[in-house]
Amino acid sequence: MKAKHQRLILALAALVALVGAGLLAASALKDEAAYFYAPNDVRTKGVEPGKAVRLGGMVVKNSLKRAADGVTIRFDVTDGKATVPATFSGIAPDLFKEGSGVVAEGSFDAKGTFVATNLLAKHDERYMPRELEGMNYNESTHEMKAER
Amino acid sequence: MDPRLRGDDGWFCRGIASMIAETGLAALWLAASLALLQLVLAFAGLKGGKPDLLAAVRPAAVAQGVLTAIAFASLITLFLRSDMSVLLVVTNSHSMKPWLYKFAGTWGNHEGSMLLWVTVMGVAGAAVALFERALQRNAHMATLGGQAAISLGFYAFLLFSSNPFARIDPAPADGQGLNPLLQDPGLAFHPPTLYLGYVGLSVAFSFAIGALLTRQVDAAFARAMRPWVLGAWVLLTLGITAGSYWAYYELGWGGWWFWDPVENASLMPWLAATALLHSVTVLATRDALRAWTVMLAVVAFSMSMVGTFLVRSGILTSVHAFAVDPTRGSFILGLLALYIGGALALFGWRIGSVREGAPFELVSRETMLVVNNLLLTVILGLVLIGTLYPLMTEAFGHKVSVGAPYFDRIAGPIALALMVAMAAGPLTRWRKDQARAVGKRLLIPLCIALLVSISLSLFAWGRIGILPFLGLVIAVAVGVSSLAPLWKRKLLRTPLFTYGMVVAHLGCAVSLAGMACDSAFTVEKLVAARPGDMIQTAGWSLRFRQIIPIAGDNWTALQADMDASRGGSSVLIRPQSRFFASPPTTTSEAALLTRWDGQLYVVLGEEVEGGRWQLRIWWKPFVTLIWLGGIMIALGGALALVGRERRGWLMKWRAREARR
Repeated sequence: MKAKHQRLILALAALVALVGAGLLAASALKDEAAYFYAPNDVRTKGVEPGKAVRLGGMVVKNSLKRAADGVTIRFDVTDGKATVPATFSGIAPDLFKEGSGVVAEGSFDAKGTFVATNLLAKHDERYMPRELEGMNYNESTHEMKAER
Repeated sequence: MDPRLRGDDGWFCRGIASMIAETGLAALWLAASLALLQLVLAFAGLKGGKPDLLAAVRPAAVAQGVLTAIAFASLITLFLRSDMSVLLVVTNSHSMKPWLYKFAGTWGNHEGSMLLWVTVMGVAGAAVALFERALQRNAHMATLGGQAAISLGFYAFLLFSSNPFARIDPAPADGQGLNPLLQDPGLAFHPPTLYLGYVGLSVAFSFAIGALLTRQVDAAFARAMRPWVLGAWVLLTLGITAGSYWAYYELGWGGWWFWDPVENASLMPWLAATALLHSVTVLATRDALRAWTVMLAVVAFSMSMVGTFLVRSGILTSVHAFAVDPTRGSFILGLLALYIGGALALFGWRIGSVREGAPFELVSRETMLVVNNLLLTVILGLVLIGTLYPLMTEAFGHKVSVGAPYFDRIAGPIALALMVAMAAGPLTRWRKDQARAVGKRLLIPLCIALLVSISLSLFAWGRIGILPFLGLVIAVAVGVSSLAPLWKRKLLRTPLFTYGMVVAHLGCAVSLAGMACDSAFTVEKLVAARPGDMIQTAGWSLRFRQIIPIAGDNWTALQADMDASRGGSSVLIRPQSRFFASPPTTTSEAALLTRWDGQLYVVLGEEVEGGRWQLRIWWKPFVTLIWLGGIMIALGGALALVGRERRGWLMKWRAREARR
């Protein structure tokens, strides 16, 4: 390598690497970024089965059922406008309960049931999944109001 | 007896005690004014060539270190005494908490952790003033000026928007307690180590500023900067390793890295520092990659600040996010723009006058290190984009989360390519080498890689994904080739820093092997079992004996007693579900059983119909290698640091002897 051109070549290599990283990131983000859906978004926009998404809303009262194996649960998630059935196998977080907010990670199966691989529940007063900010669930009427 | 004469309740002691918060605040203000003074003195002195002004710069830096330490010690004292007249103690502590968590709880919150940040910065500045001998005087002063400039912004942040010493009147009877997830010995170790590393990089940043201002970007500058970079990098490595293990056992999800924004915030400075560490060696040894090294020093600390911004602004959802306050976010964002923008502008202005470094051939150690730097930079870029992407889309009204699928898919393969480069790099000569010769030196690792891939294909075909497969093969090959620099050398005469490189590279291989084994061979079982039941999984038998209630210092728990055995004698393991009263929270304490070939990991869930209890059981083969590798990497860095410094002392000593 000529000494004169070396700095130029190095700068070009760095530029190519960075542009490459940007393109790679853009293409991967298109496939792998999980969009957040509220139940009403699911109804109006539709989500293709198998695509990783996040579903957020409130767990409908009296919808939580446990399967015979003791570790699988079924529940409905609502945003007041639409309701989506969901299932989860595993140890649910302690603050996951009916009438309380949840963000579920997972994907829809062919029948339209959301199969959650992970549940993020509201931790305490200080921690709340950001996606649920501005949602307000009325326990007596099962209605949701958006505060925006 | 007159209560005023009794020791700890006496009016005199109470008078002193009530001053602690004020002492801390006063120390902070003083330190901030000294930083301003230091900045003015350094640059006025350099500009006007006035040595008497410059003479005051070092004492100012040392005094700042002492004052910030006093402020931090004051806050620790307030927490230890559970002084409920201080707002921060009220919102983050409780008098019934064990003393270790009162102590560590000092930095388990926003204000306290920012005070820790400026304290580390102040102490690091003092250390540069006291111990840096290799730099020329002008560059040294410019470096201290740079350090003062950065500190000043963070003092302002602390004093104007996050005062840790604010009082509350009237003082409540007791505090609100510390988040139980943080009530773990990990809190005493992980944040301080990580912060020492984060903020240690500010020294590299200031060195770069100093070198640009005084136009002294050369091998001597690199040799002076290297120990600081190495030290910060070692601590950063330890902090990340500790944080990973803490999250692994505390969160009970069985994972060791979650690609949480805050984890990424610690990974990004580490990636930049790792690149810097290698390029600074090129600059120190061969006087090449001048501009690039300066740039990396700027990027590394910028990543620390970006990380702080992400964490402290509460802009991203994370287990680390404390109370959200938008003004704080804008304040840090402003600082970020000022410092990064300023440094980049200085870089653009001065870099034209930095002469080009020494040239090298295409096949050479230098080229391999350039490859290392480029790949690390690419990974850094990918992680940065993935971390910021949710913020960017949110601005357009889409809520998106980017997690493991993205990071694993794109950062994984590049990290593997980096590992391959790591196998070849140390076996390539400086300046000029022959591709054939390098290939020959790699013959043994290549043969071993082939053997491993054949046996893995026979043994685990179809059970193992492509990335873990490649990971295992590359880990073994890199492990073997990382030892090659010691081949045919007199082991006792090999310099310590060569051992440092060997140990650190071997650590990468060990860690990679652990990651690959964990993702390829982990066995998971989820059951609901009654006391008395027998559970079989992955060669283990677990007898579920009973559920018993127990009580700790500030919690109560339900505990499952289980006998775990693998053929031989059985061991009692005790996963718990803990309930904390303040703040009211339930956490699960996983039971971990460590064996030489892996870990058994058991989590207790809730009670379900029929007196059954949910249990989640993992057998994770060789998972401990991940953190063992991390410790080896840090140890390698420490060996290199000690080796380089010792050689410096020896050379100085010999020179002095020769002069006599």
